[in-house]
Amino acid sequence: MTGPGTDPRVGAAGSTPTPTRRGTELALLGFAVLITLAAQCIVDLTVTDSLSPELATFGTWFTALWVVAHVVVRRFAPYADPLLLPCVAVLMGLGLTMIHRLDIAGDQLGGKNSGGEDAPVQLLWATVGLALFVAVLVVVRDHRVLARFAYTLALVGLVLLAIPAVLPASISEVYGAKLWIRVAGFSIQPGEFAKICLVVFFAAYLVDKRDVLALASRRVLRLELPRGRDLGPVLLAWVASILVLVFERDLGSSLLLFGIFVVMLYVATERASWLVIGVILFSGGAYVAYQVFGHVRVRVDTWLDPFAYQDTGGYQIVQSLFSLGTGGLFGAGLGGGRPDQVPVAKSDFIASAIGEELGLFGLVAVIVLYLVLVERGLRTSLVVRDGFGKLLAAGLAFAVAWQVFVVLGGVTGLLPLTGLTTPFLAYGGSSLVANFGLVALLIRISDAARRPVAPPQATPPKLTDAPTEVVRP
Amino acid sequence: MNAPLRKVAISVLVLFTLLIVNVNIIQVVRAQSLRENPRNTRVLTEEYDRERGAIVVAGNEIASSIPTGETLNYLRQYPQGPLYAAVTGYYSVLFGRTGLERAENPVLAGTDSRLALRRLGDILTGRDPSGGNVELTLDPATQQAAMDSLKGVTGAVVALDPSTGAILALASTPTYDPAQLSSHDPAAMRAYAESITPPEGSDQPDPRINQAISERYPAGSIFKVVVSAAALASGRYTPETTVPAPDQLTLPGSSRPLINYNGESCNGGADQTLIAALTTSCNTAFGQLGMNLGENAVRDMADAFGINGKGFDIPLTVAPSTIGDVADDAALAQTSIGQKDVAVTPMQAAMIAAAVANDGRLMKPYLVDSIQAPDLTVVDQTDPAEMSRPVSADIAHELTTMMTSVVDHGTGRKARIDGVEVAGKTGTAQNAGPDHNWFIGFAPAADPKIAVAVFIRNGGGTGGDTSAPIAKAVMEAYLNGQGGGG
Repeated sequence: MTGPGTDPRVGAAGSTPTPTRRGTELALLGFAVLITLAAQCIVDLTVTDSLSPELATFGTWFTALWVVAHVVVRRFAPYADPLLLPCVAVLMGLGLTMIHRLDIAGDQLGGKNSGGEDAPVQLLWATVGLALFVAVLVVVRDHRVLARFAYTLALVGLVLLAIPAVLPASISEVYGAKLWIRVAGFSIQPGEFAKICLVVFFAAYLVDKRDVLALASRRVLRLELPRGRDLGPVLLAWVASILVLVFERDLGSSLLLFGIFVVMLYVATERASWLVIGVILFSGGAYVAYQVFGHVRVRVDTWLDPFAYQDTGGYQIVQSLFSLGTGGLFGAGLGGGRPDQVPVAKSDFIASAIGEELGLFGLVAVIVLYLVLVERGLRTSLVVRDGFGKLLAAGLAFAVAWQVFVVLGGVTGLLPLTGLTTPFLAYGGSSLVANFGLVALLIRISDAARRPVAPPQATPPKLTDAPTEVVRP
Repeated sequence: MNAPLRKVAISVLVLFTLLIVNVNIIQVVRAQSLRENPRNTRVLTEEYDRERGAIVVAGNEIASSIPTGETLNYLRQYPQGPLYAAVTGYYSVLFGRTGLERAENPVLAGTDSRLALRRLGDILTGRDPSGGNVELTLDPATQQAAMDSLKGVTGAVVALDPSTGAILALASTPTYDPAQLSSHDPAAMRAYAESITPPEGSDQPDPRINQAISERYPAGSIFKVVVSAAALASGRYTPETTVPAPDQLTLPGSSRPLINYNGESCNGGADQTLIAALTTSCNTAFGQLGMNLGENAVRDMADAFGINGKGFDIPLTVAPSTIGDVADDAALAQTSIGQKDVAVTPMQAAMIAAAVANDGRLMKPYLVDSIQAPDLTVVDQTDPAEMSRPVSADIAHELTTMMTSVVDHGTGRKARIDGVEVAGKTGTAQNAGPDHNWFIGFAPAADPKIAVAVFIRNGGGTGGDTSAPIAKAVMEAYLNGQGGGG
C-alpha cells in the first residue's frame, strides 16, 4: 500500500508538475486491445479455420470504445489512475472473446449454449456502458456532489432492489432466483444498479454518522462494542439483505450488499466490533435461512458434495469442475476445449470457460487483473482527501472484490453457487453497464485523489480585499 | 480511515489468494480425476472427434467409423454386425464399450504406445490423428458356418488353429446387431437395447453375453478326454488297458449309483478297453477310472489343459474354467465324467481339443493377428505362445487315436467328413434344465488344421446328435477354404 511518503500531492509542492500518466494509460489500452484482437483471431482460426468478416467490424468498434473512453478521461479526469481502464479493457475483451467463442460453438454443435449471436449484443451493451461512463465523467465533475443526493439514491436503490420481488415470477424469475425485470426481450438485473446507488448512500450516510457510530459503550473481550441504540443502521441493512434472500431467493445479492455495508461501516468507524457483529448477524441469518428455506439448503448441500447431486442441483458446478479440470495447467487453447458443455457458460460460468481454454495460468491472470483493479481502487481511497470520497472509493472497490470472490468462489466450488455475475467478463447488459458506471465513479475519485492541490497562497488576502470571484460552471 | 482501509486491502489480497489456491487445487491436483471422470463428456466427444481404427477380418472391415459432421463426428459401423457381434462388441455413447471395442480401445482410439511415433507424426504434419486398425485371426467362412449352424439355438462355437492358438471362429448365439447399440440416436438405442433384453425372470440369455468365453457350463463327457490323458500319463494305462464298465457304479458314501446315459449298458456290464470306454462314452468306466487315478492326477491334468480357475485374455477376457472342489470319491467319480462342479467355457473346451491336436502342446488362443497403423503398416504382430504342455506327443497321439475312434465308431459319428479323418468327443451335460450338448474335436486327425468346440445350451439332445454335425460343418468350411480337403 502506498504510504504517506508517496502521496502524489507532494509533487505539487515541488517544482515538477504531477504527471497525469495518460500516456501510460493509452499504451496499456493499446496492449489490451491488441490482446483482445489476437484472442479473437485465434478463436476464429481454431474453430472455423478462417477469419470471420465480422472481425474487422468488431476490431474497429472495440478499439473505438477505448479511444473514446481514453479521450474522455484525458479531457475530464486527467489525473485519473492509469491502470483502472486498461484492466477493465482486458477483462471485457476476454469476456467478449469467450462469448464469441461460445456463440460459434452454439452454432456448430447446438450445445447447451446455442441460441443466437450474443457477442455483438454484448458489444452493444458495452457501448451503452461507455455512454454511461462518459455521462458520469461529464456530469459529475466533483464526486462530492453525489453526497447531496444520498437519500434519493438510497430510495432509488431500494426500489430497484425491491422491483423483482414485487413483480410476478413470470417476469422476474430466472433459474429460481427472482432478480430480473424482463420486458420486451430485454432482461435487466436492477440489483446491479441498486448496488452502486446503495454504496453511494452508505458512503454519505456513514461519513455523516461515523462519529456517533464510533462511540463505544462497553468493552468486551478487547472489543469496543457500540451503544445499543446505534445498532439501528446495521440491523436495517441486515433485515434488507434477509428480505432480498427471502423474496428474491438471491443468496448472492444478499451476501454482497450486507458484506459491502459491514466493511464500509468498519472503514468509517475504525471499529472491528462492527465486523464481528456483522459476521454474527449474517451467520445467524444464514443458519436460519438454511433451516427454513429449501432453496438455500439445496444450494449448501450441493456445495458440500456436488458429485452427490450431479444429476440435479449439482449438475452445473460439476460441469464447471470438469471444465476447469480438463483445462489443467495450460488450458485447451482458445477454441480448443468444450466450455459449451457447461450450462450458462456465457454468463454465470464464463470463468470456467476461461479456465478450460486458457488454463490455470489464464484464470489466475484474470483473478490478478481483478486484484489490480480492486487494489487501485482501494489505493484511490487511501489517497483521496475527503471522507466521502474515501468511503465511496473503498465501497466501490470492495464491491468489485467481494462480487468477484463470491462468483469465482461459487463456480470453483469454494462457496455455494450464487446468481451474481462476473464483472466485465460475463454476458449480461445490466451488469456491464452498471460496472461501467462504477468504474467511472472510481476514475472520478482517483482524478480528485491525484489532482495537485492548488498551491497555497503565501499570504491569504483579507476577505474584504478579495475580488469578486467568478463562479465557474 | 486509512488504517482499516489497509486492512481491507490486505483482506482482499487474502480472499483472492484463496481463490487462486482453490483454482490450483482444481486445475492441478484434481485435474486428472476430473478429466477422467466418466461423466465428463469431453473425453468422449474428443474420442468421437477422431477417426477410430477399424477391426479387420481377412481384409474386410467388420467395424469402422464414418464421419457424420455432427457433434459426435464419427459413427461406428458394423457391416456384418450380428455375424461378428461376439467379437467386436459395441461402441456406444449410451452403454459404453464391450468386446474388442473395449479390449483394443487404446489401439482403435490411437492412444496406444505402439502408435506413439505415428501420433507424433500426425501432430507435426497437422493431420487429424486417427486410430490404428486391429486385424483379426478369424476366418470368415468358418465364422459364417459357425453362426449359420447355431441359428435358432443358444450356444457357441470356438475354432482354433491348434498349432498357433489363432482363433478361427468365435461365435455366440443368440446374437444382436452392435450397430444398433452404437448409433447416435439415444432413443433408438434404448429401444433396441430393451428389445434384446430378456424379460425379467426368464432363463433366456442376453445376446450381449458372450457364450463362448463369458459363460461356464458343466463339461459333461468331453472332460473324459482329460481323464483319459491323466490315465495315459500315469503310465498304468494304455488305450488297450481294460477298465471295469459296470451298468451301475456304486459311489462310496452315496445311495445314488452312477449310471450311463439313458441308463444304457456300456459293454453288457463287462470290462472294456479304455479306447472303447471313450468311444461309447461310458460313465461308469470313467467314474471308476477317476477314483482309481485319484483327485490329484485328475486335477493336475485338468490344470495343465487350462482348467485351473484362472481366466486369461484373448484379449477379450475368458472366464476361468474350473473342476471345483472335490469333496470325496463320490464327487471325484462325478467330476471324472465332467459333472459335479466342473465348469468350462466353450473356449476352454476347444483348448482341450487343440492341445491334443498339437502334440500335447497347448497354444495360447489369440484373436488379434496384428496391429496396424492407419496407413496399414503393421506395427505389432502377435507371436504364438505356448501356454502349457499337458501331455507328451506320444500320449497326444494315443488320445488322437481314441478320439478318432469316437467319430469313426462311437457317439461322434455325425462329425465325420468325407475323405478327412476327424477326431472328437461328444458331451451331454446334465443340469437343472434340458441337457447341454457338447462336441470337441479336430481335423484332419493326422495333421490337425482346426480344432473346434461346439456348445448348445439346453439343447435337450445328445452332443453326438446336435453338436457333432455343427462341428463337422465348421471344420469342413475351414478345410475347404484352405484347399486342404485331403
